[in-house]
Amino acid sequence: MSKIKGLKCRECGKEYPAEPLHVCEFCFGPLEVNYNYDWIKGQISREKIEKGPKSLWRYIDLLPVAGEATVGLYAGFTPLIRAHNLGEELGLDELYIKNDTVNHPTLSFKDRVVSIALTRAKELGFDTVACASTGNLANSVAAHAAEARLKCFVFIPGDLEAGKILGSLIYQPTVVAVNGNYDDVNRLCSEIAAEYKWAFVNINIRPYYAEGSKTLAYETAEQLGWTTPDQVVVPAASGSLLTKIWKGFNEMHKIGLIDKVNTKVNGAQAEGCSPIATAYKNKTDYVKPVKPNTIAKSIAIGNPADGYYALKVVLESGGAFDTVTDPEVVDGMKLLARTEGIFAETAGGVTVGVLKKLVESGKIKKKDRTVAYITGNGLKTQEAVINAVGSPVFIDPKLSAFEKILKK
Amino acid sequence: MASVKVRLTFPEDKIKEPIIYNVGHEFKVITNIRKADVREKKGWVDLEITGEPTEIEKAVDSMKKKGVKVDPIEKNVIE
Ligand SMILES: Cc1ncc(COP(=O)(O)O)c(C=O)c1O
Ligand SMILES: [Zn+2]
Repeated sequence: MSKIKGLKCRECGKEYPAEPLHVCEFCFGPLEVNYNYDWIKGQISREKIEKGPKSLWRYIDLLPVAGEATVGLYAGFTPLIRAHNLGEELGLDELYIKNDTVNHPTLSFKDRVVSIALTRAKELGFDTVACASTGNLANSVAAHAAEARLKCFVFIPGDLEAGKILGSLIYQPTVVAVNGNYDDVNRLCSEIAAEYKWAFVNINIRPYYAEGSKTLAYETAEQLGWTTPDQVVVPAASGSLLTKIWKGFNEMHKIGLIDKVNTKVNGAQAEGCSPIATAYKNKTDYVKPVKPNTIAKSIAIGNPADGYYALKVVLESGGAFDTVTDPEVVDGMKLLARTEGIFAETAGGVTVGVLKKLVESGKIKKKDRTVAYITGNGLKTQEAVINAVGSPVFIDPKLSAFEKILKK
Repeated sequence: MASVKVRLTFPEDKIKEPIIYNVGHEFKVITNIRKADVREKKGWVDLEITGEPTEIEKAVDSMKKKGVKVDPIEKNVIE
């Protein structure tokens, strides 16, 4: 008996072995890890988890690896911060920030998914890992591949800003910049993943990789004393993170770690790339692809793989989707920094901006215990706020000059 | 022989055209629909295209020229 039975098609239910597969051969639906929950239930307990490592690996019984953790041993278990100041400003009695801006080692929630993906990739015998990314994912794959001494290829669109590439190059992977438009690059990367026997974390390893996001839900519930929040606000790009947070809470309930789940899951997108929020607003189940145009580049996915499922989670849980404009993204980043001392990247600005809107529209109520997921670090997206933060006050090295500006 | 899995998204004005039938006739490819949702104003089809790589490429280019969005079955893989 073991915790993983194999993989299972999300659409038609056909079962597959726990191999590097991600698409159902029959209906082309996405594959998901199929767990043996009865077995897990017999293994796991609050006490056992509490005695575990101070990382996401304390939940290893619920993660899709066969053996021990071997890569990314320090990822996760980030602070859940009681945000008194921001809560007061927005009119919420009990607001928390799940602060993944300080995830180890590359300062975004991607360190969660990548530590699972690479631990699994090693189990499956791969010596080369790869990803297609414009930022956070590439940074994390490159860093973890260095740690694990795996060969690493990072594929990026050819027109990316230099600053974005540096955060991957420093770890010395092969960075391949692909000529072509965004759709061409997507198609090429899929073809490369099909052709080469590499662990492409967000393609053929995706069923394992994506499960790493569940740990954001596990940690939240544990940090709230083994209870769930009333409301969560989650940024959505491919929609995977949002879907997995919901799955995480429900798994904990299923195996008896928590009593109930009555969490409303809310999705946050930037107006310039909001295919899922648009489907929500139009009350359709069809997520129509869009061309992204927003400063929130880490969540600018125009044709989201899990968009349909993210929409379903939001509807099923009774939450909502909302969007913010680019200036509102900047305002959200500044608001979080000013009130809580946390410098989040643009995706965090989207989350805070949408949180604010949901409170204003009454969808999140004053008494609702609310958690906002802040998933990436602001030091990575400085261009977004460079013209919005003002400048220092320049003075001569004289006390009188200093006192003059104090009086202003 | 090779085979690719793609998600076709049709613009509103192309929904009535027999685009998949046509590429099967213009190029040496076998098309096999696995899943689809085509309604009045929008439509997508998950399609397997089998043939020589150059023929597949021509078939994909031809559909793109007709205004069909051709994505990998994984959709956006760049995160
Ligand atoms: C900082 C940040 N937040 C959120 C997301 C959204 O994740 P998902 O694609 O799972 O919806 C991403 C990446 O895609 C990201 O980089
Ligand atoms: Zn299937």
